[in-house]
Amino acid sequence: MAEKHLMSEVDMDAVIKSMAKQIIDDGLGEVALAGIRTRGVPLADWLAKHITALSKKLIKVGAIDINLYRDDLSEVGSQPIVHRTEIPFKIDGTGIILVDDVLYTGRTIRSALDALIDFGRPKFIKLAVLVDRGWRELPIQADYVGKTVKTKADEVIKVMFQSTDGKNEVILKEQFSARHKHP
Amino acid sequence: MSLSVRHLLSVKDLTKKDVDLILKTAENLQEISKRPVKKVPALRGKTIPLCFFEPSTRTRASFEIAAKRLSADPIQISSFGNSLSKGESLLDTVKNLEAMDPDVLVIRHPHSGMPHLMAKEVSCPVINAGDGINEHPTQALLDLMTILQVKKKIQGLHVAIIGDILNSRVARSNIILLTKMGAKVHVAGPASMIPAGVEQYGVQVVNDIREVIPKADVIMMLRIQRERESASLFPSLREYARFFGLNKNNMKEAKKDVVIMHPGPVNRGVEIAPEVADGPHSIILDQVTNGVAVRMALLYLMCGEGERKIKY
Repeated sequence: MAEKHLMSEVDMDAVIKSMAKQIIDDGLGEVALAGIRTRGVPLADWLAKHITALSKKLIKVGAIDINLYRDDLSEVGSQPIVHRTEIPFKIDGTGIILVDDVLYTGRTIRSALDALIDFGRPKFIKLAVLVDRGWRELPIQADYVGKTVKTKADEVIKVMFQSTDGKNEVILKEQFSARHKHP
Repeated sequence: MSLSVRHLLSVKDLTKKDVDLILKTAENLQEISKRPVKKVPALRGKTIPLCFFEPSTRTRASFEIAAKRLSADPIQISSFGNSLSKGESLLDTVKNLEAMDPDVLVIRHPHSGMPHLMAKEVSCPVINAGDGINEHPTQALLDLMTILQVKKKIQGLHVAIIGDILNSRVARSNIILLTKMGAKVHVAGPASMIPAGVEQYGVQVVNDIREVIPKADVIMMLRIQRERESASLFPSLREYARFFGLNKNNMKEAKKDVVIMHPGPVNRGVEIAPEVADGPHSIILDQVTNGVAVRMALLYLMCGEGERKIKY
């Protein structure tokens, strides 16, 4: 299985810092970050660190588990493991930035929107992703994108974080998959 | 990751990994019950008949709430006011339910082994919600979760199960599960209520509860089952309460951090005094709360299986 290196830790840090700057420049007012489990959470922490350093304001970070909102529960082979959703801030009236590592079909984001809205009525929801690899199946676009990568359907983008994978790196893997029949 | 069993008929069938998965899932699902909107769409469109052929309040309500919090459709079936009371056999009732394509069948029955029989007749997973004097696996799992929340471990804990061991499906499931997970289980009660050969399960039998109270980290009191044979196994409720009831006097001998459990419903003043049932050591209501979480976890883990094995 061939691998292509896309981002090193230094590249990731630079890109995440740039996303933080964009968020501050947009003058959104009070916002909180909600990372989508699993790898949206360390990315949200990293983004929050840069936002706090640049704006000198602490930003709240939560974690959303979307497994209970999946629309393919009956199709998946084994049961997805449910993790806890932790939203340590008030959703009503707060601007929320959803954070995930890779934007692909958009189905994860749809599930996260449903999950978030069950907690209350946010002032707005924006989306920040480290990598946008295309192949959308739903009309969802990110507001803040670290890197856009043109991919083939059978390729996999693997974003790794120190806390989850022992290192910070982004790679592209070629992997046979029958997920997409269309080119 | 999924369970190694298709049905939950007995805690004997569960591996330690299964137990860990169920409890971890339950712990994570518990957060849903604290939300303003206590509902997620995980089991939307799933039909779950709750077949309670024996009176039940908390287990039945607990399963119904669990199903509804996951957006499934629970259907209540009882032995009263349905085709069973018109003479239909239980097997025919279940075959008819099966023809309606349920996703999980929850069954409580006064006869031991009935869920096992049903599991052979239906294509969907079956959950034993208590069968006769045999087992009550979901109660044992929620008890385990409750102990873990307080004690943070099971290995090496001394658990005293006191009362009608003979007629108690809760005791049987708890003995099997707690010993499997590494607890040291002691059973105590009138000699007439201790089943012969119970030592084979790795428990220590004690006839005087004063021996076991001081060493117990957990005391699990059992209900006197007046509807079964219990009442004929001791001379009077008053005498039972005196020798085998937990009260403020014998609680003086207990460890400072002991926790008191009871599967309910409580016969106040018989197996447990009101001041103990409502006292600072009691985690009886936590058991009820955790029951919903454990049942949500089981329905989630058993409903989401991909391909159903159709039996023809």
